[in-house]
Amino acid sequence: MRIDLEQVEDVARELYVRALKILPPDVKAGLDRLTATETDATAKQVLATMVTNIRVAEDTENLLCQDTGIPIYNVTLGSGLEVDGAALKRAIRRGCERATREHPLRSSVVHPITRVNEHTSCGPGVPPIHIDFSDEPGKLTVEMIPKGSGSENNSWLRMAIPAEGVDAIKTFVVDCVLDAGGKTCPPTIVGVGIGGTSDLCVALAKKAATRPLGTSCPDPEGARLEAALTEAVNGLGVGPQGLGGDSTAFAVHVEIAATHITMNPVAVNMQCHSARRASAVISAAGVKYGF
Amino acid sequence: MAHHVLKMPTSEAAVRALRVNDTVTLEGTLFGIRDATQIALFDRGRATRLDLRGHAAIHTAPNVRKVDPSPRNPTGYEPVCVGTTTSARMERFTVPLLEQLGARLIVGKGGLGPGSLDAFARLGGAYLAIIGGTAALETTWIDAIEDVDLDDLNPESLWKFAIRGFGPLLVAMDTHGGSLYAAVDTAARARRANTLAKLGVK
Repeated sequence: MRIDLEQVEDVARELYVRALKILPPDVKAGLDRLTATETDATAKQVLATMVTNIRVAEDTENLLCQDTGIPIYNVTLGSGLEVDGAALKRAIRRGCERATREHPLRSSVVHPITRVNEHTSCGPGVPPIHIDFSDEPGKLTVEMIPKGSGSENNSWLRMAIPAEGVDAIKTFVVDCVLDAGGKTCPPTIVGVGIGGTSDLCVALAKKAATRPLGTSCPDPEGARLEAALTEAVNGLGVGPQGLGGDSTAFAVHVEIAATHITMNPVAVNMQCHSARRASAVISAAGVKYGF
Repeated sequence: MAHHVLKMPTSEAAVRALRVNDTVTLEGTLFGIRDATQIALFDRGRATRLDLRGHAAIHTAPNVRKVDPSPRNPTGYEPVCVGTTTSARMERFTVPLLEQLGARLIVGKGGLGPGSLDAFARLGGAYLAIIGGTAALETTWIDAIEDVDLDDLNPESLWKFAIRGFGPLLVAMDTHGGSLYAAVDTAARARRANTLAKLGVK
């Protein structure tokens, strides 16, 4: 199957707007679950306002949050596809620019030194477009994540050493949640990367933070850590918006990679309660949108 | 835990009457400021023709649509989505915002630090917490964009919004040394040792 790049451009445009307006069902269910168990009166009110906002955004077809974030596109190419890779990336970038101009959206992207905003949501290296491959025949999947700065500004890497063991990982996660306080717009998804190189470790943390709620780490040791850390951070009492309560995190998500015999890296990246993402599958049957 | 309706601009006495856990609804006018706005005003010495004395400033950079100027949209901007950003980045601008520009209230999310808390007590100011990430709802409390200055910084311009029923907002830092954020942070850090012990950390 030959990939139609005009279609990819339209999909890239549509996904940015959809991601900003419609919260995935797993995140909505996550808010309902926290609302049912929250014991703090202020926290209950805060969660109720978040739920109201989701309804208002859908009713008024407006953005959930003003932060249009840094747009991230994750592309998975199935087997048997014919596509010009460089042209594919250009098509996605054009779609991102069009969403910004046509909706219109606030461009949250500036040059890192001059701070000049081109009002396109694009710039050097942005949007990041990650390409991966799968064995699924005839399917191109595009996932779009607008990553807000409140949560992204709370990102950490620690190159711990083997002698510090798993204790270093657990301590680091707890301390990151304490340091983040209300700045990350809790309840959050706390993404933890364990292992790899420094760059891979941070990328794993981002993958973990943007994974759908209800999924768990494929590695059994990682999954056990997820459960223990989720309970631990929710016992701290930071609460929604850092105003106190039981609902500090929807979940702690862990992703792992093998690492060096001398290394024990851990990274944390958080996703805010407006854990936005949208995806589309392009195949011979057309485009199917989802989360 | 009283509820206050404040018609803006307000007075020092009205702000000093606020206590943490009270709620506030703002009426009339709200100014929007952000990192770049305050860097321009307070670090680079730029001036604004807008008068913030006695007013509330929200930490924001809105999504707007360009339209033909009209009585309803005098600036040629229509609000699309107006929300709130993390306040902590702008901690060091609290003092000049209150002292130089005369603002009385800061609306934001995530809270401010001890320097701001001292400034609120000394200068008569308070921090009103809005729920971050609920911009669709907040936008329904915005009537129009009345004015804009420093617009070369767009979207981090200095915005003047006409508002109606902007709230309820939670008084999270007051003039009496009260800060919900400091209280929650202290309590959470007190639980750290026990939390790590339960995780089996030695």
